[in-house]
Amino acid sequence: MGWLNAVVQGVLLGGLYALLAAGLSLMFGVMRIVNLAHGVLAVVAAYMGYFLVDKLHWPAFLTFIVVIPVMAAIGYVLQLGLLNPALGRGGLAPILVTFGLAVVITNLLQQFFSADTHSIQTGTIATDSIHITDDISIGVFSLLTFVVGVVVIAGLQTYLSRTRGGRAMRATSDDKDAAQLMGIDNKRIYARATAIALAIVGLAGVFLGMRTQFSPTAGDATLIFAFEAVIIGGLGSLWGTLIGGMVLGVAQAVGAQINPAYGILIGNLVFLAILAFRPTGLLQKAVNS
Amino acid sequence: MTLLNVEAIDVYYGDFQALYGISLKVKQGETLAIIGANGAGKSTLMKALAGLMTPATGSITFNGADITKLPSYKRVPLGIALTPEGRRIFPSLTVEENLLVGGYSKRSGPWNLASIYDAFPLVADRKDRVGLNLSGGEQQAVAIGRALMSNPDLLLLDEVSLGLAPVVVEQIYAAMPKITNAGTTVLLVEQDVNQALKIADRVQCMLEGRTVLEGTATSLTRDQIASAYFGI
Repeated sequence: MGWLNAVVQGVLLGGLYALLAAGLSLMFGVMRIVNLAHGVLAVVAAYMGYFLVDKLHWPAFLTFIVVIPVMAAIGYVLQLGLLNPALGRGGLAPILVTFGLAVVITNLLQQFFSADTHSIQTGTIATDSIHITDDISIGVFSLLTFVVGVVVIAGLQTYLSRTRGGRAMRATSDDKDAAQLMGIDNKRIYARATAIALAIVGLAGVFLGMRTQFSPTAGDATLIFAFEAVIIGGLGSLWGTLIGGMVLGVAQAVGAQINPAYGILIGNLVFLAILAFRPTGLLQKAVNS
Repeated sequence: MTLLNVEAIDVYYGDFQALYGISLKVKQGETLAIIGANGAGKSTLMKALAGLMTPATGSITFNGADITKLPSYKRVPLGIALTPEGRRIFPSLTVEENLLVGGYSKRSGPWNLASIYDAFPLVADRKDRVGLNLSGGEQQAVAIGRALMSNPDLLLLDEVSLGLAPVVVEQIYAAMPKITNAGTTVLLVEQDVNQALKIADRVQCMLEGRTVLEGTATSLTRDQIASAYFGI
């Protein structure tokens, strides 16, 4: 009993991981910025959701209409104010800036919300499930997370490949100086990319907060899962990130099925195995130097 | 009417001065060729015109507006397009996407995907191929098409023939009349003097960052050009 169920649950969990990882993948793809504050920004979004639901008594799913635009605005300002200036100062500068940002935000969250764990109450949807067979039943919330993850990845992919703005983003990623010769202001493109990345993180963070309990330090584990999903799938490929998220989710769920304490461990071992035997990731994309 | 007026610009790479008081004028609709040997400062001049480098002194006026300190992305909407040295095709984008990005500034004019494909059959054949997998000649044709997509008033062509087989150079230059007949003003940099003289109305010869000779393409003699080119 249960193995097939574990795989199904793992795939669904992968949707959340893909959602958490998509923004990380986009920022790295467009700007070569490794955003170490990515995880804690997801936690910030979770706290925003918690605040709206617990203190202002909003319905849980209405919080998205505030959290997503606010996170996007934070991303835009963050890029123009902090990250763009750092980009001109060598490869290490943006990483240090995002690392410092992660430390600052974590401590601010502790100051305002204490180190206690919280969660976003969603009501009955948290426990509703769809009965498939005697062995397998799918949680409505897990399914919703998965569907949103797939839709977001597909939407982002479509934006990048089919629209004027998306083409400009890819051109800037290829060669930012040549892009400027086409009339593209690369700093604005970067700000737009970070805004999109943080909007997705906002979505992912609220889902995370609905799914599990979180505390101000939850960003670290979140960042690692997001990284693992990106690397397993292959840098620079969004569909790869979705597959990476699903592989990580299945590994964790099957691991937990072997022994409830092994879930995270098995996930990390699968990640290390991919790094050792297929370091370009499952969906390899030509990397141009 | 003068479209581009460059007044005595000095351009430096750090402490090294690459241009010494270069001045030039380009009239609407004319084709000016800048010729000169390696290191004469031709590409530096193009970079200053496109906004990739800023002159320390002097001024650049385009269509009556001072653009000396304007960044490159703000010059494209005004009507200046550069095909840079080394082509700089976006490697992960297809040829058609490269062209579409070239039209990012949405200026209206005679050039669009259809008219580019018509003028450069070489480009039309390769439209679904990614930039990474193009030959040098294909890249150059795409780079010119991409610059035209912004429907520029002034097209800057940097070293079109560099590193290309003569037969390919001929093919690319064959499209030049279509560009100039559309009313586009062209400023080109060339090491290949014969090619430059064939299509240019006027020629300006540079040596070590200075202008050493200028005149109409028909009035200059071979000897004049040779001695200016080599500085003898």
